[in-house]
Amino acid sequence: MRSKRDVGAGERLLTMRGLRIDGFTDDRWLPIVKGVDLHLDRGEVLGLIGESGAGKSTIGIAAMGYARPGCRISGGEIDFDGIQILGAAPAELRAVRGARIAYVAQSAAASFNPAHRLIDQYAETPVQHGILSYPEAAANAKDIYRRLDLPNPDQIGFRYPHQVSGGQLQRAMVAMAMSCKPDLIVFDEPTTALDVTTQIEVLAAIKDIVRQFNTAAIYITHDLAVVAQLADRIMVLRHGLTVEEGGARAMLAAPKEEYTRKLLAVRTFTKAAADESESATVLEVDNVWARYGGTDAGVNVLEEVSLKVGRKTTVAIVGESGSGKSTLARAITGLLPPFEGRVLFNGRELPASCRRRNKNLLRHLQMIYQMPDVALNPRQKIRDVIGRPLSFYFGMHGAERAARVRELLEMIELSDDFKDRYPPELSGGQKQRVCIARALAARPELIICDEVTSALDQLVAEEILKLLHRLQEELGITYLFITHDLATVKAIADEIVVMLQGRIVEHGKKEEVLTPPHHEYTDLLLSSVPEMDPDWLDNLLQKRRAA
Amino acid sequence: MLFLKEFAKAGWPAKIGMAVILVYLFCAIFAPLIAPYAETEVIITSPWVSAEESGTLLGLDQLGRDLWTRVLYGARNTITIAIVITLLAFFIGMAAGFFAAVVGGLTDQLLSRIVDIIMAFPTLFFALIVLSILGTSVPVLIVVIAILDSTRVFRISRALAMDISVMDYVEVAKLRGEGLWWIMRREVLPNALTPLIAEFGLRFCFVFLFISALSFLGLGIQPPAADWGSMVRENAAAITYGIMTPLVPALAIAILTIAVNLVVDWFLRKTSGLRDEV
Repeated sequence: MRSKRDVGAGERLLTMRGLRIDGFTDDRWLPIVKGVDLHLDRGEVLGLIGESGAGKSTIGIAAMGYARPGCRISGGEIDFDGIQILGAAPAELRAVRGARIAYVAQSAAASFNPAHRLIDQYAETPVQHGILSYPEAAANAKDIYRRLDLPNPDQIGFRYPHQVSGGQLQRAMVAMAMSCKPDLIVFDEPTTALDVTTQIEVLAAIKDIVRQFNTAAIYITHDLAVVAQLADRIMVLRHGLTVEEGGARAMLAAPKEEYTRKLLAVRTFTKAAADESESATVLEVDNVWARYGGTDAGVNVLEEVSLKVGRKTTVAIVGESGSGKSTLARAITGLLPPFEGRVLFNGRELPASCRRRNKNLLRHLQMIYQMPDVALNPRQKIRDVIGRPLSFYFGMHGAERAARVRELLEMIELSDDFKDRYPPELSGGQKQRVCIARALAARPELIICDEVTSALDQLVAEEILKLLHRLQEELGITYLFITHDLATVKAIADEIVVMLQGRIVEHGKKEEVLTPPHHEYTDLLLSSVPEMDPDWLDNLLQKRRAA
Repeated sequence: MLFLKEFAKAGWPAKIGMAVILVYLFCAIFAPLIAPYAETEVIITSPWVSAEESGTLLGLDQLGRDLWTRVLYGARNTITIAIVITLLAFFIGMAAGFFAAVVGGLTDQLLSRIVDIIMAFPTLFFALIVLSILGTSVPVLIVVIAILDSTRVFRISRALAMDISVMDYVEVAKLRGEGLWWIMRREVLPNALTPLIAEFGLRFCFVFLFISALSFLGLGIQPPAADWGSMVRENAAAITYGIMTPLVPALAIAILTIAVNLVVDWFLRKTSGLRDEV
């Protein structure tokens, strides 16, 4: 076995000079990364941050000499511990990949082979590289599992990927990356798909393990607060260029560039507190129970959920994945008829199934979805997407319809020439705006927003929240806002409903819920939201251990 | 227009394929004008007279009819029937497949099991039984092959529509109160169209070969109408005398099949986003 860690920290491990990467779109090569310089010492953690499309993942993968399908590395050089990665012989690259540079992907669930046990997948790389025998690797695995604080470290490796939770799986993936004790690990948004409470576990595990083994790491994320917890140095990327680079603490304290300042100042928007007068109830959910898989079998996903939504207010439903918040939306819209309880709209009971609701009832309840990509039919022009509800509900045609489409586009701050485009030609934020316009076209009283900002970049998300707020002011729409993101809640909600395992655990005005004393679970949720302070994670863990 | 512009960029195999298809279509449409004789006209009443002797392009067939004329009319008969069958098969298969996927539940189970049962029989075997019971007129031939072939189209359409019907935009349409027909036609169909067009080309080939096979066995297009499959069968004995006559219709079948496949290959590569290494 190759001896490692005999060299101290501070030695240069990875150097990229003038890295250029092109992507193939519309039959030509367009630059994605336009000449980026990057260096990394042994044991150092570099945070790469930027919006989607900034080229951060592309750079991360390039460290191993890879380019995604449809991409090519067109220029620059990559020096990894004396090895020229670009142009190296396949055998040489094979010796480096997996063994000396490892990669942790965003979705562990998609990266594990569901047909093999965790420990076998752990052992695969070291055995393949001839570094360890299977029994040695298995023994190592248990040690690493223990260090990563996985429950039952001696046995957990014998489970299949679907038998452990999302956070555990992500940690098992980190363990897998550690299996050859690599010099460098590339973390590509490893916590983005996780709930805040789970994110903490994984962050703590990553921080611990890279320290213990003095592993260098490139940590890719769009969340500055997350990177603040881990990185020694931060590089801010935008449109394939470096915006700013510097020590983590220094940059967070005093960002030099305007763009970095904007990223740091995100979520400054807050809605003014609603006036105290009780408004009329638009929607009432009365003791609703719901379950999947018929009424006899199956597990309850909602248990005695009751809430009221007042006109022109925003009620936020907060909870982790699996808390039943999206199921509640489905129960209200009638996609999943509750097996007990009632949903009242303006005091009238709604038929449980959406199929038995008439056009007028359907019109008043609109939904906006998390992924604008799949909420818009890629083969319909924007004018048809927005125009269909107009002709369907109001019988509008021709010039009348065209005029209304123009008006709606104006409302969502898009120019008139968008009407002839197809959804794939739009950016994520623009698509979400079109979804909002489609909902508005029906002139609804209530819009259910299901995680509408979580698939968007933070700056774009903020714009969408402002837009939604402005529309509420102008049109008097009521929002039911489903989200796991507490920053969003703080920005836009009037009332907060906290859900856990299908039940409402806390419900009240925003100020009441956000000021202590909290319900135990609300407290856990609130304290788990990463802050920009680099010491936040350490302090929090210390506090939790003490408690 | 867009198609033409894209096609101009295609490689030479696809262009050759397209040229061959166009020539075939031209022959099929203008067969009566191009053909030197009538479809069933007997020129010399002895079999397999050679080209030089009879003064024709490809010689005469087993009954002394002009082979070139027969090949041209064969294109007309076989290609027309194959296109009608493929269209019908796609209409049935897509409608049932989309319906099963969007409605789901028991309807889906029922339709899928019926299709399973039909597919459990070898197609040729099934067609032979049905055709020998019902007799072999052109309408019966069209309906029987279309139904048999629609099972394959059903499978693909259903799988495609399954992926599409879980998309949020279909849920939006359902929540808007749209009817089933609208969802199938406006939300599902446009998104399933590209793979289905590629499949159309392939299915056309299979149908075409299938008709030829049935004709070869005597249950397809009936004499005296010209048809490539039956022409191969009727002239098969000639090969033992070293006469090339049966190879001409056989080649006609082979070349069209290859040509369609070349175009389909280009189309598949173009639309699936897969590229050759650059």
